[in-house]
Amino acid sequence: MRRRTLVTFGPTVVLAAAVAVGVPGVAAAQSTGAAQDYVAPRTPDGQPDLQGFWSNQTYTSLERPDGETSVYYTPEELAARVSGAATRESAQTDPGTIPDVHYDFTQFGLDRSQAARAENLRTSLIVDPPDGKIPPVNAEGQRRAAERAAAQERLGGRWDSAEANQLDDRCIMMVPAGPPMMNSGYNSNYHIVQAPGYVMILAEMIHDARVVPLDDREAPAGGLSQWVGVSRGYWDGETLVVETSNFNAKNPFRGSSARMTVTERFTRVAEDRIDYRFTVDDPGTWDTPWTAEMPMQRSRGPLFEFACHEGNYGLYNTLVGARMEERQAAEAAEPGRGR
Amino acid sequence: MLMRWEKATLRAGVTVVTCAIVCAATSVPVWGQTTEYRAPRGSDGNPDLNGLWQALNSAHWDVEPHGAGPSVVRDLGALSAVPAGLGVVVDDVIPYTADALAQRDENRANRLRRDPAIKCYLPGVPRGMYMPFPVQILQSQQHIMILHEFAGAVRTVYMDDHMPAPADSWMGWSNGHWEGETLVIDTTGFNGMTWFDRSGNFHSEALHVVERLTRRSPETLTYEVTIEDPNVFTRPWTMRMPLYRRVEEHAQLLEFRCVEFVEDLIYGHLRKQP
Repeated sequence: MRRRTLVTFGPTVVLAAAVAVGVPGVAAAQSTGAAQDYVAPRTPDGQPDLQGFWSNQTYTSLERPDGETSVYYTPEELAARVSGAATRESAQTDPGTIPDVHYDFTQFGLDRSQAARAENLRTSLIVDPPDGKIPPVNAEGQRRAAERAAAQERLGGRWDSAEANQLDDRCIMMVPAGPPMMNSGYNSNYHIVQAPGYVMILAEMIHDARVVPLDDREAPAGGLSQWVGVSRGYWDGETLVVETSNFNAKNPFRGSSARMTVTERFTRVAEDRIDYRFTVDDPGTWDTPWTAEMPMQRSRGPLFEFACHEGNYGLYNTLVGARMEERQAAEAAEPGRGR
Repeated sequence: MLMRWEKATLRAGVTVVTCAIVCAATSVPVWGQTTEYRAPRGSDGNPDLNGLWQALNSAHWDVEPHGAGPSVVRDLGALSAVPAGLGVVVDDVIPYTADALAQRDENRANRLRRDPAIKCYLPGVPRGMYMPFPVQILQSQQHIMILHEFAGAVRTVYMDDHMPAPADSWMGWSNGHWEGETLVIDTTGFNGMTWFDRSGNFHSEALHVVERLTRRSPETLTYEVTIEDPNVFTRPWTMRMPLYRRVEEHAQLLEFRCVEFVEDLIYGHLRKQP
């Protein structure tokens, strides 16, 4: 299945890449290899149909790797990078290669090489600025980053309490939900369902469903802020545009503030592909907005329930282990004290 | 056969006798029958159940008839005291086996520690449908999504790609089909770790749930659910209640990401001591 996808997409991507390079002004829009005349089928109520199961899995990094100067890899370079990364992921499961084998990525389709992936020759997901890098953090953003680091410091070490640990280990937030919807190390799967007036995007990871109303409602003013912000959307021709604001900033995206707005654009460009593009605008962190592009590939459904918190033995056991180590250390330092 | 509150409703109406005969003969939901409401159709021709719905009763405290009672958390006083309820169980009493009834009573006595929803665990089916949070139904031809504000719980109802549950889960595996005005959802594959309410009413992993959702007016639908679990009950039994549309402008699901609200409860004793 994957091989066939590669074969099918390879020449198209190369052709589109060449076109894109030749016409700089439209490079970003054309880079993902879509046939320009594709028109999505319609839902019964007339929306372009984005429904089904999709994956935004990729080996392409958000930012262009240091030292990389080209905007696109050659297909050979991309293939070498993919196979190298797949080998490294596979090697993580060899006993003794890393201190702790958390998951055997080669089983159950967890490693990225087994996922549905839309081929993407770009050297970074970021398409603007043209250097493929997140713009420099401004003074306000730097101040906030220092305050956040100090607040984390006050919480103590990662294993001191649940609250001091990472959001994903706590099953509170994982990156696929976004917005923007970033791919994860595994399970970067989505289910899109449309009903009159709504588009729902369900991220498999910790069952995060976002219901986007398609009307002219304003962003709520005042005190309503959420982990995932508040989203509303509209159709711009073939493209679903979703605008999200009202973030609580407890899950900053690359250091973002509560003033961040994210504008996402979903365009079905082939039977098995959606072009997903997002722009991050946050004057509290960056002086200029920046934009990234991440194709979504049709994947096989259905999605199974991802009950993360309910089975979070990992968090529980690491806290138990940390307390046990403290008692042992106390006992070693002063016999009788650790009891 | 009729619940007390249904009888009360019917006494106020003019079609008591007719309905008693018709309803007994057809065993169709009582107030669904009397209205003979025909739901608006979606563009796919099926009844339109889209919207935000919510129960307005005290079944989330106790699905059986119950009087008012004190809060299990002393400091919350009247704010979390239990409001009385006429119950939503058809024939009032859940037909537990003797052992299961003893288990239910034990659950109830220890509900502050044992109720899985206190820990922000996924609420299961049908409990999520009548918690005091909105539920959004989002309907496409292939998949009907049932989205709960509580804990962001999600259920996908597969309308044409039916399959058996691939594994056990908290919200089960739901296959659906239309029977005229009614969406029928058949759900199995439960893990046996959820409850029906805050009063210890429970089931095992053998739970089989059949729900029937029927529009009964522009702003209400009838929610009927039949529970089957031979490990716990002597026979299948049914709950029935109206769900009401959240009609306020721009009503939408908001975030109730409750995991962070329960971390201190679950993990607080493992906090590093200074």
